[in-house]
Amino acid sequence: MTAFTTHFLFEFKSGLRNSAAMLVNYLLPLGFYAAMGFIMVEINPTFRELLLPSMVVFAFMSSTILGLPNPLVEYREAGIYRSYKVNGVPAISILAIPGISTVIHALIVSTIIMLTAVPLFDAAAPENWLAFIGVSLLTAFAFGTLGMLIGVISASARSVVLWSQLIYLPSILLGGMMIPIALMPETVQKISGLIPSSYAMQAYFGLAFGQETVIVPWLAVAVLAVSGILALLLAIYLFNWDSNNQTRRASPLLALLVFIPYITAILLGFVL
Amino acid sequence: MSESVIAIQEFTKRYDDFIAVDNISFSVKKGEIFGLLGPNGAGKTTTLECLEGLRQPDGGELMVMGIDPQREPAKLRNIIGVQLQTSGLPDSMTVDEAMRFFSAYHQVNPRFDLLDRMGLIEKRATQYHQLSTGQKRRLALSLAITYDPPVLILDEPTAGLDVASRTELHEIMQELREAGTTIILATHDMAEAEKMTDRVAILLQGKIVETGSPRDLTTRGSGLTKVSVRSEGSQLHGYAGQFPAVSQQNIREDYMVYFTEDPGPTVSAVLDFLNANGDKLIDLRVERPTLEERFLEITSGGEES
Repeated sequence: MTAFTTHFLFEFKSGLRNSAAMLVNYLLPLGFYAAMGFIMVEINPTFRELLLPSMVVFAFMSSTILGLPNPLVEYREAGIYRSYKVNGVPAISILAIPGISTVIHALIVSTIIMLTAVPLFDAAAPENWLAFIGVSLLTAFAFGTLGMLIGVISASARSVVLWSQLIYLPSILLGGMMIPIALMPETVQKISGLIPSSYAMQAYFGLAFGQETVIVPWLAVAVLAVSGILALLLAIYLFNWDSNNQTRRASPLLALLVFIPYITAILLGFVL
Repeated sequence: MSESVIAIQEFTKRYDDFIAVDNISFSVKKGEIFGLLGPNGAGKTTTLECLEGLRQPDGGELMVMGIDPQREPAKLRNIIGVQLQTSGLPDSMTVDEAMRFFSAYHQVNPRFDLLDRMGLIEKRATQYHQLSTGQKRRLALSLAITYDPPVLILDEPTAGLDVASRTELHEIMQELREAGTTIILATHDMAEAEKMTDRVAILLQGKIVETGSPRDLTTRGSGLTKVSVRSEGSQLHGYAGQFPAVSQQNIREDYMVYFTEDPGPTVSAVLDFLNANGDKLIDLRVERPTLEERFLEITSGGEES
């Protein structure tokens, strides 16, 4: 078995063995999905149109933004990366393999949501399932790399919570997952232009559901793709092997560059 | 035995204004067990971490089998086995997975026989966080030697181990040395250093203050050899004279204890005295100064080198 396969199988199994990982990978997104499906749809029938894409985005965020950064920080603090380094485990494997395994857990959950949302909760089905799957994979990539970056720049488990919540809460409240962006005030729409989930939701609506959007759908795809690539490159560049050795290539503040695509989209007026 | 496997020349490492290692040089020969001794903060772990490529030196040259750890880290990985002082494995990783994981990265087959040797075979399915300190140490050593590295770097390998585990680990180190493995060992345990190492370097505030074999080091000091004698009639207890080379003497339980600069003439004279006085020797012990005593003498400033 190759090193990649062995490492991947271990990380994937860790996502099932570890109770905290199990919570954010499976219990939280499926529980929230069930609650939204059973309660929210009854209270607000128009939520059927949002249910499928918003719960898929929620599943990705839960696994990657809440779940992925913590082990990255804990491993560094526990000296596990030092063991990895002296045994020739490359930095890219340390970042990418947990990222891939986390995304696969999220894809399993999102597949369950895709298969059940329409028959169970009468959720609006996409016109174009292929586009829905394509946008899902891109969203998983964008959030997965963002989760890696949060794990890399966070100095401790406590700061992980801070950075994660800075992305997670605004995404739920302002990212079009609970209320369509089109219904928000114009100023709030501009703010939502800084949030990755806004672009994911707009890409779903424009490309998979064939609806009018406030962000040009292909631009939303481009912003997600560029920010995902930027986050990956920054995570690799800022990666630190050792909590005892704080020498970094650059300040963790460099991670803010990941917002360049979002700011550019707002400044160029693509967020209407 | 003369080939240098590890060569360190004028090596310096600073942490901001603090000089952790100050211009040290030493070499380790093939098949040697070389000890790095020193109090906490002396620079032992920093030296090892620079050799392992975990830290970057600020000056000088470090080479392991002709490889610069900073310039050729990939080449270094398969020639050094490392047991770090502070490291770990993921809590949920089982012993079996750890063996497969590191073997895969070194591109060798997993060595489950080593787990058997280390008494971990029954723990193959046990997760890392469920292992005892001793089991974790033994697992770390198993992983460090899985790929038969020619150089083994051990940082406090027996810290936290029980007596049986220490003995087992020492046996394994001896076997590895006999098989030609070069071992560099940082330890606080002077008895371990005295028993296991061929040569040692004593580090103090980032500088090497002594190097040599443990025997050489102990004889270089001002330490006196202790001669303890017990006889049937305890005739020595009442003897008011002075035996040759003896500088101090006292009575401990039934033993007459002499501290001597030259144990040969002292022992001869004591035996002659017992014979002459019709006393019968029950026990005689000659104890050379230990490495620990010499170490304490050096680190407490008893001697400048």
